[in-house]
Amino acid sequence: MRLWIFLPLLAICIESAAEAPFSTDELRELRKQWLLPAPTLHPQHKQLSELGKKIFFDTNLSIDKSTSCASCHIPELGWSDGKPTAQGLVGKPLKRATPSIINTAYSKVLMWDGRADSLEQQALMPFFDPLEMGLNEKLLIAKIASNQEYPNLFERAFGDSAIDSARISSALAEFQRSITASNTRFDRWLKGDESALNNEEILGFKLFIDPQKAACAVCHHPPNFTDDGFHNIGLSKQKPEDLGRYRFTPIPLMKRAFKTPSLRLATRTAPYFHDGSAKTLLEVIEHYQEVSVQKHNFSPSLLPVNLNKEEKEKLLAFLNSLE
Amino acid sequence: MKFFMTVILALLSMSTSVMAAEHVIGQKNKAFTKKSITIKKGDTIKFPNQDPFFHNVYSMSESKSFDLGSYAKGVSKSVKFDKQGEVIVQCAIHPFMKLKVKVE
Repeated sequence: MRLWIFLPLLAICIESAAEAPFSTDELRELRKQWLLPAPTLHPQHKQLSELGKKIFFDTNLSIDKSTSCASCHIPELGWSDGKPTAQGLVGKPLKRATPSIINTAYSKVLMWDGRADSLEQQALMPFFDPLEMGLNEKLLIAKIASNQEYPNLFERAFGDSAIDSARISSALAEFQRSITASNTRFDRWLKGDESALNNEEILGFKLFIDPQKAACAVCHHPPNFTDDGFHNIGLSKQKPEDLGRYRFTPIPLMKRAFKTPSLRLATRTAPYFHDGSAKTLLEVIEHYQEVSVQKHNFSPSLLPVNLNKEEKEKLLAFLNSLE
Repeated sequence: MKFFMTVILALLSMSTSVMAAEHVIGQKNKAFTKKSITIKKGDTIKFPNQDPFFHNVYSMSESKSFDLGSYAKGVSKSVKFDKQGEVIVQCAIHPFMKLKVKVE
């Protein structure tokens, strides 16, 4: 009688063990790789961030007072804008999608073409771009100086109320360092909350990191789901042709290469790719399945992807868990 | 006389090649295993890729420009530095990977 009860129970245990996507040791290793550390912050982070936030949302800091950083980096849209390509002054379309600023605290290189090495370097670029905010350094400082709300914020952040572009970029960079996502369902699962992901999502993650299957992690490295690298992923439909990173590194490998975006909260940042050509994450997956069989000076990191319908659903379920 | 000159030249050439050294600088964890190196003119640096993904090695410096293309883990490519000067070597895929080579 006892044996009669014991054997089915043993069978269930063996079956569960066989189905567990990761062993305890593998999970320990995954945790080490994928959990984000706390970002490195300035000692005056709180005060700088407070000033940076005010500047970030201030539409007065554009030539026609219409546009702030938040006009394109909209908090409710994953700090992107939901458009295929960004809109500049007077609604003029720009050539690339607005990249989300989530987790840029961890970025080693910024912008789709990597033209900025730090958040501080990047922060002023849109202000001085004639298509984006249309100011110059003198105008930017004058506009900030004309607002009575700023002197106190500068004083709190820097000890006095002097305004210069280095201080502005420092404050903006520090504010952007506070826009992080490190507690998604996936992160909670890594930290040990087994209920945070269902089996389909865990299997989707397994496909994500398997170089023989979806091979996403070949470029979307841990822990920030990006290698901070540049790849030509075969998006060549745009006219006129956008050469991307090649403009700064003119070697053949960099033609039409763009930065690998991070993926936490990617569910909120549609459409996808530098040209906004994929409306959904499923379209992104299908792009890689189609493009990896072609050969046109594409990134060598584009490994063959061969997922069936069920596997695509699992991968998609995992991507949706990065929320 | 001609014979002696040939012998001397051959010996000189041999001594140069004997003196030329090969240095190894890997690409590991998205970084070159050294940030800078000082070498002699004529030395070679070998760049093995030790990461489980592709890297590239290139330089656009005035004294030495080259592009070794991209290659996978386990593959190694070499460059001979035949001119004095400072050469900045990078990975184009991961541009934050930088190596400064001082060729004396």
